[in-house]
Amino acid sequence: MTTAPATLNGQGTKHRPAGTKHKKRGRTTSEWIVLVLMALGALLVVFPMLLLLINAFKSPADYANSNPLELPEALSFDGIQAFWSGHNFPRALWNSVFISGMVAILAVILSVLNSFAIGIGRVKGRTWLILVFLMANLVPQEMLFDPLFKLYDDLGLLSNPWSVIITFTVIQSAFGTYLLSSLLGTFPKEILEAAAVDGASRFRSLRSIIVPILKPTLSVLMVFFFIWTWNEFLLPLAFLNTDDSLTVPLVLEQLNGERQTDTTTLVAGTLISVIPTIIFFLIFQRTLTRGITAGAVK
Amino acid sequence: MPSMTRTPKRQVQPQDAPRIPQRGGGKLGYWLYFIPGAILVGVVIFYPIIRNLRLSFFHWRGGRAEEQFAGFENWTALFQDSEYLQSFMNIALVIVAMVIVPTLLGLVVAAALFDVVGRRFGGKLSSFLRATYYLPQILPIAVAGVMFSWILKPNSDGVLNQFLSFLTGDDVAVNWLGGQYSTAIISTMVLMIWIQIGYPVVIFMAALQRVEPELYEASELDGANWFQRFRAITLPMIRPEVFVVGLTTTIAALKVFAPVFILTRGGPSKSTYVPSFYAYQEFISGTDKGYAAAIASSITIVVFIVSVIFIKAQTRAERKDA
Repeated sequence: MTTAPATLNGQGTKHRPAGTKHKKRGRTTSEWIVLVLMALGALLVVFPMLLLLINAFKSPADYANSNPLELPEALSFDGIQAFWSGHNFPRALWNSVFISGMVAILAVILSVLNSFAIGIGRVKGRTWLILVFLMANLVPQEMLFDPLFKLYDDLGLLSNPWSVIITFTVIQSAFGTYLLSSLLGTFPKEILEAAAVDGASRFRSLRSIIVPILKPTLSVLMVFFFIWTWNEFLLPLAFLNTDDSLTVPLVLEQLNGERQTDTTTLVAGTLISVIPTIIFFLIFQRTLTRGITAGAVK
Repeated sequence: MPSMTRTPKRQVQPQDAPRIPQRGGGKLGYWLYFIPGAILVGVVIFYPIIRNLRLSFFHWRGGRAEEQFAGFENWTALFQDSEYLQSFMNIALVIVAMVIVPTLLGLVVAAALFDVVGRRFGGKLSSFLRATYYLPQILPIAVAGVMFSWILKPNSDGVLNQFLSFLTGDDVAVNWLGGQYSTAIISTMVLMIWIQIGYPVVIFMAALQRVEPELYEASELDGANWFQRFRAITLPMIRPEVFVVGLTTTIAALKVFAPVFILTRGGPSKSTYVPSFYAYQEFISGTDKGYAAAIASSITIVVFIVSVIFIKAQTRAERKDA
């Protein structure tokens, strides 16, 4: 295999900081200090989330009378229930899952098609083509906001999940096209030649050889597109205007903007909105680190 | 873009030859695969760009109102608009919060996690800590913003204020987000640092895996201390990644929107505006969409110039290495 796919698929196994081999020398005081500092830093990072966890289960009275750092007197699910039913959280959750899932799949397909022509087909002016597609990533979203709003309005797609799906399929596939083009540029030629000799058409080579070999990379991309889309804010805020069409971040922001919201409902709502992301993070932690790496080392 | 330079005529340019042997159709057939991508990128990206660029030369109240040609009026107005200038000044602070601080902190944390924690205390512990630092990166920014606005609530029922009251014994009631410019912008910057820190940590740690452990061991035997090793081995090794992190986070900083929208809505009295938020406000509630388009176009142009400068610098640095 060539170097690029190797870093993508089997990254990190070779030079992993081996514990056993280097442990011979004792740990010095300064090394312990570094460890403690790093752990404190990590604690500082998760601290806001710990605060959420502590306070989401307080009753409004308990919250008013206690310090945010104190544990709740008794577990109260009032806040969670108020948010869950009052703001139709299941609906928002489904909207987010549907939109992000569709974008993940469609953007990967689009990236594969684009990068096939660039990386395998070696079409003329491919450096410029990559730049053209990358524009989708560079351009600030307010630039898209007004014209697309009008376009989707004319097409009757406002407050329809497809307005967001179409937009983010294009935006996310910019990164996919960039990454996959450089990967396919080093794709082993022998395999493709063998297939051509056996009479495989281009599309057949793409479907039956290239895509299966790229599968690990494509799944990393899919996870990334899913999360990036899940977290998007500005364009969904613009395009999704009915209560039924809101995504998880939008519902939370709406709750935040309401004047007479109980703080406990807000805190509980924030906690619930974080949970899907955390679950996703725990499942795909390794994939994620591999993915960011892939992006950086191109 | 070295491959773009003209080369003397050759019969087959191996670099340019398709990687699948041709049987009729030639390279033209590959353009078919661009059709969906080209249509979509044209409609979703290039149509809005062109429309906004054009609109920036008109006055337009939106809706059915007529567009009136304005020449460069919107563009020259930008330079006399104190809110616009302030919003760009704020970007300098956003760059500190999203690019400079996270990159420097990220270097230190990544090196410490890799070099000390990973090698002396085990790879499991260091990847656990790495994951913890990365967590804010995957939170929806709206969620992070709401979380921070809860912590930073004014009056004495804000979490931070309660905490400070507890520490000092006095009743602390600082209006962190709405009181004055300095606390509002600093609070926003803290949120940005908190969100960003995990990104360089993860990328730099991955880069460090390229370093042969023997290199560190040899320098250690030669009596180099940690800082000397950091400067002589770590930094030069991960320079390409520093470039990538610098470019991507600078672009993100220029386009930053959500933290400001959620935390301060640009307040107190428009002082924490960033260009993105300003453009959004003008599109939503301004009286001249042409002006909004000029603001958005100006951001696009700046982003584009910065990207080109970075990419040029990177290619030059790479060529020097080669």
